[in-house]
Amino acid sequence: MSVLPDLPAMAPVVAAELVRWSWIGDHVDDISRRFNEHLFLTLVPVAAGFAIAFPLSLAAVRWPRLYGPLLSVTGVIFTIPSLALFVLMIPFTGLSRLTAIIPLTIYTLLILVRNTVEGLRGVPRDVREAAEAMGYRPARRLFRVELPLALPVIMAGLRIATVTTIGLVTITALIGRGGLGQLFIDGFTRRFSTPLVVGLVLSVAFAVTADLLLLGVQRALTPWARENR
Amino acid sequence: MDILSALAGWLTDPANWQGSDGIPNRIFEHVWYSLTATAVAVAIALPIGLALGHTGRGGQLAINVSNVGRAIPSFGIIILAFILAGIGFIPVLIALVALAIPPIITNSYVGIRAVDPEIREAAAGMGMTGAQILRRAELPVAMPLVMAGIRTSAVQVVATATLAAVIGLGGLGRYIISGFSQQDTPQVLGGAILVALLSLATEAGLGAVQRAVVSEGLAQRNAEAAVAAKVSATTT
Repeated sequence: MSVLPDLPAMAPVVAAELVRWSWIGDHVDDISRRFNEHLFLTLVPVAAGFAIAFPLSLAAVRWPRLYGPLLSVTGVIFTIPSLALFVLMIPFTGLSRLTAIIPLTIYTLLILVRNTVEGLRGVPRDVREAAEAMGYRPARRLFRVELPLALPVIMAGLRIATVTTIGLVTITALIGRGGLGQLFIDGFTRRFSTPLVVGLVLSVAFAVTADLLLLGVQRALTPWARENR
Repeated sequence: MDILSALAGWLTDPANWQGSDGIPNRIFEHVWYSLTATAVAVAIALPIGLALGHTGRGGQLAINVSNVGRAIPSFGIIILAFILAGIGFIPVLIALVALAIPPIITNSYVGIRAVDPEIREAAAGMGMTGAQILRRAELPVAMPLVMAGIRTSAVQVVATATLAAVIGLGGLGRYIISGFSQQDTPQVLGGAILVALLSLATEAGLGAVQRAVVSEGLAQRNAEAAVAAKVSATTT
């Protein structure tokens, strides 16, 4: 169960160099394994979070009274530190992947529900009425008119949720689930900055890339919005 | 469940409530780290955010700072600061302050920018100087978002201060980290519950402060601002 060794009471050895390139060359397999773990622990919670948040948001738009309590509950859980929530899962799920995936999924809900509801609410009323007058039934109106118009706000939520999750996944290394945070721990236990810097650079690069990819998806899905930019 | 009675046993054991490894002292350390970091962050970020909002310049910068901040894992920053600066409060303080600054800058900037221009013009028309307009017209109207930014930062700081224990400092994270290495599950869970409660107490306590300092006429904006600030923030 132990993940971190006890801290020896000694001053850290300050590395003369921040990055030793030969170490990276020797550990490409290890680094890519950590990255793949990180990727998995990001994609699954964001996808699961979206699958849960989407129907919840539609319900909150349909029955506005649900929205306040929904934000309160997801907001309270959002306040609980991730390390604490991971640890509190252990009696139920042990040290399995679910111990990381369930809290990470729950964290995305506040962001995704809020942005999806705000996006759908932001659809101008006259647009909705025009669609209705043209004979659109509610389901078709939702998918053909309201969702496309709400897409930029929904996608903004997805981007925030993704980038936030990528940061949170680094903490899962403390409960033995690997990911790039494991490189932080490796750097710490050996007082060796190279794995740490590699982990930091990769997690920031991953977050920025994911953000830009989602922005690209958003642009591709809303061709009418592009001309105005 | 066995684990629950073991947890209750750990939480109620008098031995865990005294001395330097006792719960009161760990709470004190945790609050001390968090309070110092939040105070430093407010002192740095609030003037910047208010000035950017008041002048209307550098808005994109403020938003970008927040976006980049979200992508940087504080856990890595704490360990990087530790490797560079050694054991002690300073590496943790650096990481916590860096984490707390973006939400305060962004939310105070956005809050001031969102003030109705007519209010600003009316204040100018009454002969107020720039500083007076900011302090007496813009800031009170922007207060729900300004306070929500500080509150979000403070909660993030309390959450992240848990990681101070990873590099050998105190605070409530000590129980989680030591509990793991001693394979003492009740201690790990007890630490997690205490950290969660402290975060919720911080959120609730600053919520009360927010309601107290926000003008009654704007009180209905508090809840919305709180969610907006959380969504705009980094998380740990």
